[in-house]
Amino acid sequence: MAMGKTSRLHSVYWRGAISIIVFLVLWEVGSLSKTWIKWESFEWLRNVITALGFKPIYLPWIGAVPAPTEVLAVWMTVLTDPGYWQSWYMSFFRVMMGFLAAMIVGIPFGLLLAVSRTAFGIGFPVFEVLRPIPPLAWVPASILFWPTQEMSIAFVTFLGAFFTIVINVVGGARSIDVRYFQAARSMGSSQADIFWRIILPGTLPSIVVGSAVGMGITWEVVVAAEMISGGGSQIGGTSGGGLGFFIWNSYVGGSYEQIVVGMISIGIAGFISSELLRALGRRVTPWLRLR
Amino acid sequence: MTQANTLRTAIKAGELKAVDVSKGYGASHFRKEVVSACSFTIERGKLTVMIGPSGCGKSTLIRLLAGFEKPTTGTITLDGEPVTGPARDRLVLFQESALFPWMTTWDNILYGPRARGELTPETRDLAEFLLGKVGLQDFRHKYPTQLSGGMQRRAELARAMINNPRIMILDEPFRGLDAMTKELMWEYYSALYEENRRTNFFVTTDIDEAIFLADRLLIMSNIPTRVRAVFEVDVPRPRRLVSMIENDRANEIKMQALSLLHEEAMKSFSRGSKAAADFVDAYSKRMSKG
Repeated sequence: MAMGKTSRLHSVYWRGAISIIVFLVLWEVGSLSKTWIKWESFEWLRNVITALGFKPIYLPWIGAVPAPTEVLAVWMTVLTDPGYWQSWYMSFFRVMMGFLAAMIVGIPFGLLLAVSRTAFGIGFPVFEVLRPIPPLAWVPASILFWPTQEMSIAFVTFLGAFFTIVINVVGGARSIDVRYFQAARSMGSSQADIFWRIILPGTLPSIVVGSAVGMGITWEVVVAAEMISGGGSQIGGTSGGGLGFFIWNSYVGGSYEQIVVGMISIGIAGFISSELLRALGRRVTPWLRLR
Repeated sequence: MTQANTLRTAIKAGELKAVDVSKGYGASHFRKEVVSACSFTIERGKLTVMIGPSGCGKSTLIRLLAGFEKPTTGTITLDGEPVTGPARDRLVLFQESALFPWMTTWDNILYGPRARGELTPETRDLAEFLLGKVGLQDFRHKYPTQLSGGMQRRAELARAMINNPRIMILDEPFRGLDAMTKELMWEYYSALYEENRRTNFFVTTDIDEAIFLADRLLIMSNIPTRVRAVFEVDVPRPRRLVSMIENDRANEIKMQALSLLHEEAMKSFSRGSKAAADFVDAYSKRMSKG
């Protein structure tokens, strides 16, 4: 039993490692195509690329991307740049601010819509009209609404997570089995007791799911908002305005390796925050993982 | 066994009366009567089993008795007091488990006392005693998903009993369990009943289950439902599976009940009920064999 479990775990790690290695090798080979495409034996390939309407100087798309080895070399130098870490901090800070605000406002609001018919009747139509508006469409309005650029970015990030969290909370609370309410009422529960001991725990799994999805959207939004707004307060100099601004700045400065460094950094940052959230989610819903 | 004694002296077996109860859904000519002028008594301290063709309105009747819904006409009284809403003196065990998935067995059992602010050392002792009664001492910290189907039903029995209801209403509680577990649960449940003699109202579609458990057997008509016949199942307790199979009296009642159920199923079959078709089919096969 224990043996089976560890060997399964090993094979998961192995597959993961192999998939990453294969990905890196393909990327390296693809981006080095600017060298090997000139070789005589690849004349057919140059013809194919020309026929497809591209310039036969490298493989389309991937040939324009710097190789992983080059990216790694640049990353090593960037690691010593305090501006890079400042960008990490800025983006994380904004994501957390927007996300926490979305939780603090969104969870009670969603629960209110779920338990009160009146609140639902009044609140939901407006909510449903605002919900389809992409968070990025809020950027200009947000800049007008809020006194500082930092608050504008935080507000847009907040919107990214808010709608997803609310819709999940409402859906989760409404899908609680009616027999739980009947059983609770039969055993003498008050309204408050039903809320704290049936509705809230019954909605928790949906809150966790909604938060995880909302967290993903928050990262998408913060990066785009940083690019549009020019990185906000510029505390850390040219590269300290958040990871989104870091990418934009690298693009403007012509450092393609740094663009990729920024992209992968966001990938890692998003992964870390999702994992943290998932671990927290498992802690608050222990009954879901024990079967 | 002081707890056992306190539990036994504390038992208040109630008597529930339904008089001319009707219930329908929908408006004007789309209206469908589900229960029609239905009268019966669930006698004090007895195990009354209700059986009827599937889709005959038994579940609606249960919702009325529990107080989740109000009858259109007629009255339901428990010990003379009219039923106005759900209350701890009429507890329902639903088909399939309604244990709260986010609570351990222990917290599920203590739900009622905690909700009413009665979490005293005595209720904890009682919970401990009931946990032992249903054989789940080693599973007190487990969540419902970690329990087997039979354990879930036993945990739910304990969760209901701790509230000391005047009547326990069970809506096909052993449906979905495999045949062997089901038969074990019959013995288990009837032993529990024989020990404390609460008023129990048990609804089922399984004739063997009905005969095994019942003191009184109510046979329900086709929809709109009313009581078609009442049998006193005068087979002595304690009952065990082996002895019940060979008991002539039990088999005699079973045959009479089956032929009545067959009549009712034929009626709904002629009206196009698919559920009834299975029963009519099974009945004719059984009769041709016997």
